[in-house]
Amino acid sequence: MVQPFIRLEHINHQYSGGNKALVDINLSLSAEEFTVLIGPSGAGKSTLMRVLNGLVRPTSGTVWIENVPITVVPERTVRLERRRIGMVFQQFNLVRRLSALENVLLGRLGFMPTWQSTLKRYSRADRELAMGLLERVGLADHAWQRADTLSGGQQQRVGIARALAQQPRLILADEPISALDPKSAEGVMDLLRDIQERDGIAVIANLHFLETVREYAARVIALKKGAVVFDGRLEELTEAVTRELYYGEKAAQPQYASQASELNVALESR
Amino acid sequence: MAAISNKPVSTEPPASVHARRRWTLVMWIGIAAVFYWSTFGTELSLHRLLLGLGESWRYLFGSPDRPGSGFFPPDFSRLPVYLDQMLLTVKMAIWGTGAAVVMAIPLSFLAASNTSPHPVIYQITRRILDLMRGLNEFVLALIFVAAVGLGPFPGIIALAVHTAGILAKLFAEGIEGVDHGQLEAVRAAGSTRFQIFTHGVWPQIVPHVISMSLYRFESNVRAATVLGLVGAGGIGFYITEAIRGFDNRAACAILIVILASVFLVDFLGAKIRERLT
Repeated sequence: MVQPFIRLEHINHQYSGGNKALVDINLSLSAEEFTVLIGPSGAGKSTLMRVLNGLVRPTSGTVWIENVPITVVPERTVRLERRRIGMVFQQFNLVRRLSALENVLLGRLGFMPTWQSTLKRYSRADRELAMGLLERVGLADHAWQRADTLSGGQQQRVGIARALAQQPRLILADEPISALDPKSAEGVMDLLRDIQERDGIAVIANLHFLETVREYAARVIALKKGAVVFDGRLEELTEAVTRELYYGEKAAQPQYASQASELNVALESR
Repeated sequence: MAAISNKPVSTEPPASVHARRRWTLVMWIGIAAVFYWSTFGTELSLHRLLLGLGESWRYLFGSPDRPGSGFFPPDFSRLPVYLDQMLLTVKMAIWGTGAAVVMAIPLSFLAASNTSPHPVIYQITRRILDLMRGLNEFVLALIFVAAVGLGPFPGIIALAVHTAGILAKLFAEGIEGVDHGQLEAVRAAGSTRFQIFTHGVWPQIVPHVISMSLYRFESNVRAATVLGLVGAGGIGFYITEAIRGFDNRAACAILIVILASVFLVDFLGAKIRERLT
């Protein structure tokens, strides 16, 4: 097997409030795969995503991007590694007052000298790349429109184009379709799959609906209370696993037992 | 969901509500006490106010036994000078505000809790801004006149320093209110701290910055009209001169020029601010 693109070793993370977000996570993520993260709300999926690109520094453990331990090196170095990982957000997070094209060009900032970016002097190559990406996501006609005048589905496509502008090896999609209607959601998921299949860019997405998971995922990682409770191929994701994950009928690990029974009581009493 | 039941209900509020009501009462008593305390030494007197009304009337419109001593009709014979001086006053406000904006932008970056590089820098910047705001432009002008001599220039410095303190605080509040999702996206793309500011924070606060700067410009035009009183240039000098020389009709003309200019500037400022989104 080739060297994994990202490797997590014994990652623990605790927020300042004291609640544990991630518990001893060990993962290897090689490029070129469609991976889906599932798990109940608050399981630590979003935190894990942000640990992968160094936006969140875990309390302990090591994250390797290829051979750079980003949990150890200074922020300046993390930033350079981060450029190779695009990110797509639930609320799109476009800079609302900038045009669609300028938003895509944000993906090039990390590759530009400061003075050039401050004066917004994007190179010809960058502008052509950005325009080409808008073309690809079907929004070339809206390039000069302000981002906040676009529909949700369109904004998410711009968000994906922005991630692609980094020419990344991996795209992290943090609940990319949670704020979208079913049709836009399907368009966005198809686009992500197309990127993974045609460009060979790995995609890691947080998803809530198991139907969607079954349609797009190759590998599935399930988180519960900050720990990985399942990691395997989609085919291995049985009904029993997902029921256990969301409803915890028979808790695999004793520390969840009390919570599971509470949930059962709550369910029965309805 | 249960239907409305026949059980008797109690509308008696819990103890916490009573406690809140007590606090409200205490607060009102406190406010009344502060106002009562503030009457001592301030020589508040309804009697004098009423007497003064008559005096003011005679001062404004002249007493019958001394014709021509009032403010009316205004004497516009030196209008070109007044207009020239009013323009100079506006120019002072333009440079005072412009320089303040240039100073305030980097200061606000340091004084906003979410962009400041370090809590210590944040605190130091905030205290410096307090100092800049703490002394009003009139007092600052007194100091700068003493330091660099008479004329509009010390007036501009005074306006700039005071306004920079105010604007930096207002801009910082704007920065603290930005949408963090947009910043996170710019950061996730591998941007530097500075780029996050120029491409994530700045686009979000531009309307706020323009609107606040215009507002302070309007206010600086008003402030600049009195700076002449301490020899810091502008039309203020001519008001003092007229009133000290009992040339009330000239003073009246100057006041009319000032009011007209201030109204015009406020009107234009409001028009521009309306168009911002």
